[in-house]
Amino acid sequence: MIDFDGVSKRYGRKQRPALDDVTLTITDGEFAFLVGASGSGKSTMLRLVLCEERPSQGRITVAGREVTSMRRRQVPGLRRDIGMVFQDFRLLPEKSVYDNVAYVMHVLGHPRRVIRRAVTESLELVGLTGMAKRMPHELSGGEQQRVAIARAVVKNPTLLLADEPTGNLDPTTSLEIVSLLDDIHGRGTTVLMATHDDEIVNQLRKRVIELADGAVVRDQARGVYGRGRR
Amino acid sequence: MRPLFLLGEAWTGLRRSASMAISIMIVTAVSLLFFGVGLLAQRQVETAKGYWYDKVEVSIFLCIKNSSEPSCGRQAATQEQIDRIGADLELMRPVVKEVTFESQDEAYQRFKEQFTNPAFQDTPKEAIPAAYRVKLADPKDYDTMYTAFSGAPGVSSVKDIRAILEPLFRVMDVLRNVAWALAGLMLVCTVLLTSTTIRQVAFSRRRETGIKRVVGASKAAIQLPFMLETVLAVLVGAGLAVLGLWAMVRYGVTQLAARFQDFRWIDMPDVWAVAPWTVLLGLVVGVVVSWVALVRHVRV
Repeated sequence: MIDFDGVSKRYGRKQRPALDDVTLTITDGEFAFLVGASGSGKSTMLRLVLCEERPSQGRITVAGREVTSMRRRQVPGLRRDIGMVFQDFRLLPEKSVYDNVAYVMHVLGHPRRVIRRAVTESLELVGLTGMAKRMPHELSGGEQQRVAIARAVVKNPTLLLADEPTGNLDPTTSLEIVSLLDDIHGRGTTVLMATHDDEIVNQLRKRVIELADGAVVRDQARGVYGRGRR
Repeated sequence: MRPLFLLGEAWTGLRRSASMAISIMIVTAVSLLFFGVGLLAQRQVETAKGYWYDKVEVSIFLCIKNSSEPSCGRQAATQEQIDRIGADLELMRPVVKEVTFESQDEAYQRFKEQFTNPAFQDTPKEAIPAAYRVKLADPKDYDTMYTAFSGAPGVSSVKDIRAILEPLFRVMDVLRNVAWALAGLMLVCTVLLTSTTIRQVAFSRRRETGIKRVVGASKAAIQLPFMLETVLAVLVGAGLAVLGLWAMVRYGVTQLAARFQDFRWIDMPDVWAVAPWTVLLGLVVGVVVSWVALVRHVRV
């Protein structure tokens, strides 16, 4: 699903690269945690997968597409295959829960009938049935993040990227959110989640890729947050 | 993106940025109004020109009794003098294209028809001179005619009717140039304001734009709502400009035309003739400026 081959990313004329010669593969249907301190390169890696940035060096393949040399007009096609969840939810405050999720489908030009069905299914998946008419400010942080996840999966992506999705949530809610992501993974979606949260990483025991100063320092199947480093 | 959703997005955008949209409408309306005034001034010149240039004539007015001109000697032109002038005019073909003799009776009759104002009612027939109305092959040959007949025995004066229109044409030329200069200045304001507005609106909607980009919306899906909002605002501005032109002609020019009937004035059909060009200019400016601003300020 994701293939990094000797990828480096340098911003401007900075001496230290944000990513330094990273080579790794995440296969179809895998769930992987991306861990590391702030500034270790986690977000840069996600941005490269989403083609928000281009690598300074190396080759990236996502969902069978060569991203490195991808033309600008082909980028939206790649992104339609990817769902993205952010730490700060990024909901549209003046739209209801239903409209926030439906917005993606409208933007992508789906017919109203398809949108209605997909949004209903998506809200059901994240456990927000009955909250469709609520406004974002009427929801708790966990519920808002569920809406954001529903919005990310409504278009049925093959890959789900999550950038610190539990960063603004309490431990109990964080676990609920991660188990929701695990459910989505169970349906066949590849999940790559950047996180600082040791508790959830330790609890789920999935693959852990640890970055430090832009380099992969640990890549461990069924790993934990801070132990077992090579 | 479905058209209905696109329109909905544009409408919501316009409502949320109403003050910015209104400012674009007003500046566009003023700039296009000046542009339209320039076009109408040009049409006024053409309208008046078209009428008179077809009928241009050098009028050779003959002496009446008590004429003060030295060539008349306070005597009316004699039949011999009138015949002589007619013969001279015939000799000047093909410079002279057509000659019509207007007798004193005919001239008096025409005078009474044209000047219905009571102040002219008591004008005696003797005060209205007979004349040779001359159509020239080339209106520019007026000077030749003037030199040939001015001061000739029996000739009171030689006049070019175009000279009467020259002041009007000069005023219209100035009006057109000033209007177009102001239109140009206001268009610069429109361009800068539209560009700044799009930049501000794009900033205020960076979350929507960001979501669209991340979910894989096409460039058109991201940029079209912004462009549509600008075009709608510009169209309303253009509509206001056309309304302004209509009001100017309806309540201004029509009044002038009623008072000064020496030549034809522009009318409603002229407004409808310049309206499409006015709207088109607004549209082109709106589309081009918003496109350039979107390329610069909205990341896709």
